[in-house]
Amino acid sequence: MRGLAVFISDIRNCKSKEAEIKRINKELANIRSKFKGDKALDGYSKKKYVCKLLFIFLLGHDIDFGHMEAVNLLSSNRYTEKQIGYLFISVLVNSNSELIRLINNAIKNDLASRNPIFMGLALHCIANVGSREMAEAFAGEIPKILVAGDTMDSVKQSAALCLLRLYRTSPDLVPMGDWTSRVVHLLNDQHLGVVTAATSLITTLAQKNPEEFKTSVSLAVSRLSRIVTSASTDLQDYTYYFVPAPWLSVKLLRLLQCYPPPDPAVRGRLTECLETILNKAQEPPKSKKVQHSNAKNAVLFEAISLIIHHDSEPNLLVRACNQLGQFLQHRETNLRYLALESMCTLASSEFSHEAVKTHIETVINALKTERDVSVRQRAVDLLYAMCDRSNAQQIVAEMLNYLETADYSIREEIVLKVAILAEKYAVDYTWDDVQGYAAKTVFEALQAPACHENLVKVGGYILGEFGNLIAGDPRSSPLIQFNLLHSKFHLCSVPTRALLLSTYIKFVNLFPEIKTTIQDVLRSDSQLKNADVELQQRAVEYLRLSTIASTDILATVLEEMPPFPERESSILAKLKKKKGPSTVTDLEEIKKERSSDMNGSAEPTPVNASNVSTPSPSADLLGLGAVPLTNSAPAPSSSGSLLVDVFSDSSSVAAPLAPGSEDNFASSSDLASSEVVSEEPADAVHDADELIHKFICKNNGVLFENQLLQIGLKSEFRQNLGRMFIFYGNKTSTQFLNFTPTTKPVDPIVDGGAQVQQVVNIECISDFMDAPILNIQFRYGGTLQNLSVKLPITLNKFFQPTEMSSQDFFQRWKQLSSPKQEVQNIFKAKHPMDTEITKAKIIGFGSALLEEVDPNPANFVGAGIIHTKTIQIGCLLRLEPNLQAQMYRLTLRTSKEAVSQRLCELLSEQF
Amino acid sequence: MVNKQGQTRLSRYYEHVELHKRTLLEAEVIKNCLSRSKYQCSFIEYKDFKLVYRQYAALFIVVGINETENEMAVYELIHNFVEVLDKYFSRVSELDIMFNLDRVHIILDEMVLNGCIVETNRSRILAPLLVLDKMAET
Repeated sequence: MRGLAVFISDIRNCKSKEAEIKRINKELANIRSKFKGDKALDGYSKKKYVCKLLFIFLLGHDIDFGHMEAVNLLSSNRYTEKQIGYLFISVLVNSNSELIRLINNAIKNDLASRNPIFMGLALHCIANVGSREMAEAFAGEIPKILVAGDTMDSVKQSAALCLLRLYRTSPDLVPMGDWTSRVVHLLNDQHLGVVTAATSLITTLAQKNPEEFKTSVSLAVSRLSRIVTSASTDLQDYTYYFVPAPWLSVKLLRLLQCYPPPDPAVRGRLTECLETILNKAQEPPKSKKVQHSNAKNAVLFEAISLIIHHDSEPNLLVRACNQLGQFLQHRETNLRYLALESMCTLASSEFSHEAVKTHIETVINALKTERDVSVRQRAVDLLYAMCDRSNAQQIVAEMLNYLETADYSIREEIVLKVAILAEKYAVDYTWDDVQGYAAKTVFEALQAPACHENLVKVGGYILGEFGNLIAGDPRSSPLIQFNLLHSKFHLCSVPTRALLLSTYIKFVNLFPEIKTTIQDVLRSDSQLKNADVELQQRAVEYLRLSTIASTDILATVLEEMPPFPERESSILAKLKKKKGPSTVTDLEEIKKERSSDMNGSAEPTPVNASNVSTPSPSADLLGLGAVPLTNSAPAPSSSGSLLVDVFSDSSSVAAPLAPGSEDNFASSSDLASSEVVSEEPADAVHDADELIHKFICKNNGVLFENQLLQIGLKSEFRQNLGRMFIFYGNKTSTQFLNFTPTTKPVDPIVDGGAQVQQVVNIECISDFMDAPILNIQFRYGGTLQNLSVKLPITLNKFFQPTEMSSQDFFQRWKQLSSPKQEVQNIFKAKHPMDTEITKAKIIGFGSALLEEVDPNPANFVGAGIIHTKTIQIGCLLRLEPNLQAQMYRLTLRTSKEAVSQRLCELLSEQF
Repeated sequence: MVNKQGQTRLSRYYEHVELHKRTLLEAEVIKNCLSRSKYQCSFIEYKDFKLVYRQYAALFIVVGINETENEMAVYELIHNFVEVLDKYFSRVSELDIMFNLDRVHIILDEMVLNGCIVETNRSRILAPLLVLDKMAET
């Protein structure tokens, strides 16, 4: 076909996408005119044009013509023409096509033709298109063809898979009947191709109708037995590199997994089969070709799956485990991967759990040395599955070790697993120890100059409950605890602030000595008159409660929270959610089965390896990603649940992205016509400096928001490196298509209400002025949206705080006194001049806040080092407020003028 | 079937996928495969399913499967498919596949129907195609 060759060569020679599209359009016009032309096309031409259309379709271009011509080809009596017609239809026509009736007509004729080749084509077409209309037309006919005595083998094969398709599309149209028992007997068919196709069909049907198909068990076992005991040449063309019918064996073993272990008679035979498969895997290979061992191992892995599924033959389970153990160090990565995966399910069997545990060192080694992240992931899963009281300490330690270097894609899962294992096996702790330890640890963590809002939440909750356990230490006296928490208060979102208010009232009960301090805070205008109704209500109620209630009443009302009710661990729920719904049921079922376990609840909950998947890049870390996005929306019922369990998916956390949950979403339905669509891209960048200022002293929050899209950020910086989690939330109920941020690609489709996350790594090469710009393009309802936002990556993010004494500070201050090193700015206060807020901002800015350094206690001084890849720049700063004039004087001294200048600019904006 | 430049040479879907999604999906799938080294296994977890891939010269053959399939069996099925192509085209190349799309489709349909294996025996797979070729000659 010269024309086709020329066309394909032309396309390959196209230098650009535009040229390609041009060439394709030219060809489409040509073909269209040929189809529309008066001259009837000969078979050869039709075929040529259809091939061209297939090629164009493959390149991603929709074909909107030629369908009628293809349908006409179906009624041709020439095989070649008919074939090309069916090919066109099964590749290009989707099941909703209006042509289905015409197609059905042609199919009906071909099915009735008794010509096996035509019947085959028609059946292929049904199997591939498989629409409801087709099911209606042929669901009655196909079973008859399938079981008729005189049907050709190849037609039977097609008919079996055709029926499978119709059953999947429209099970209601495929009622079980007389044919079912005859279908089961196809397992005895002498033709292995027929058996293969029939086994797929029976497996699907048996899952839904186990009773009707239970005779398939003994038939499948005897078939399997005949295959595995056959000499390697017996099955002729169905022997693949000396392995008899490997694919059929796999299918039969899969079918048997639809049923529990069979009756004793059949069971003995099956056990023999499985033993033979295990034995053969140990025999020296009959061929050095990798195809031989691959095919053999495919059968072996499936046999092991069945052994695990039956979970009733201790010998087989232990043997399976040993054979998989050999693969753990095999040079083929594929085998190591599959062995780890299989072993993971073996670990859940009480018979093989101990055998699996003997491989712990190998698995730990895999975690450290495997070069493939998917294999390492399997190793983590296996360690988790084999964990019990005896090895929990070692496994948790290894997981924590690995966590430091683990790929970002699996870190969260590891953390969750560690948390679950710790929760399950940490039995030695007495509760008081844990509570005191938790209070102490969280108190220490809160000392960090900038901490994550989630830490503030956890800290607020724990100190509110158990702060008294560490209050004896003068370094964490009640007032210090309170001040520490309150210093974070103003930088937190509403739900967190609500939680902190509850902590404060709990403090009133725990620490009567700071009651007045707390009452002062509650009484302040920023609380009592807070614009947020939830915060205001809490402030009013708590203030009143602290005033009128007697100590006894307070003690009763604010009693320590009772132990959490026995319920499913929220961490486990989180992990399950990550694994997708299918695993949840698996876990649930396995859990139920294991409830009568010998070790009580000590058994690790196994994870079904076959369903375990790497979290997609859009998976939210700990699901808490939505937190920084929580804007000032009221969180009605949330506060209670936040108090109880910070890890649970409280509705408030997810709420901001749920369409319709807030007033500002109300207009989302008429968005298409609103002016947002035509929003000028330049606008966004224009306003962006203000957005950036919001982020100078904090790392989390909403970066950008319009009616369509919300962009949230979480970032962390350390020395000259940083990492930013960017969350793109689709606020509409419609998909965004071709969603492309310039940072790096994400899933191009963002469903309505969904959130996509991406991680960006940042490195500061040298000091800089301009923030990087994030451009985002996507298609919303047919309109291309273009958006540019500055990412709030500013020089101060690479600050490391430095503590120093007063003497050191002023010595260095003097050393940096040349005019080029100092930059000063005197400016009017834009915000209320609150000492605590100012302190928090300086800390948030990144420098250390040096107390008792400046002789004037009203002044603030700070010190830190800006880290870049090439140099480190020491920075000193001093902020002198003048309350009367409502002015500040800010002085920055660094060894580099540009740095002094930039830091001064950035910090001045904050007060 | 996708080459190293990311150009799709053959695609077959057993579930309906919108055309514009196909291009994106194919681009992402091949990107996943290309980013892997020879030390990595041939199975990639991707969204809700697993990709099983095998590379022949500059051509990747990638199959998306769900948990009902056996990875190793699918991995070897790919090879069986390539051997059938090799037998029919005698030393198959990427060009053979491009210029004979219809033939490759027929071969695939004889081996896999609606996502299930129909036939693995090479001569039986090729039988209908040989009949067709004979008719075309006459």
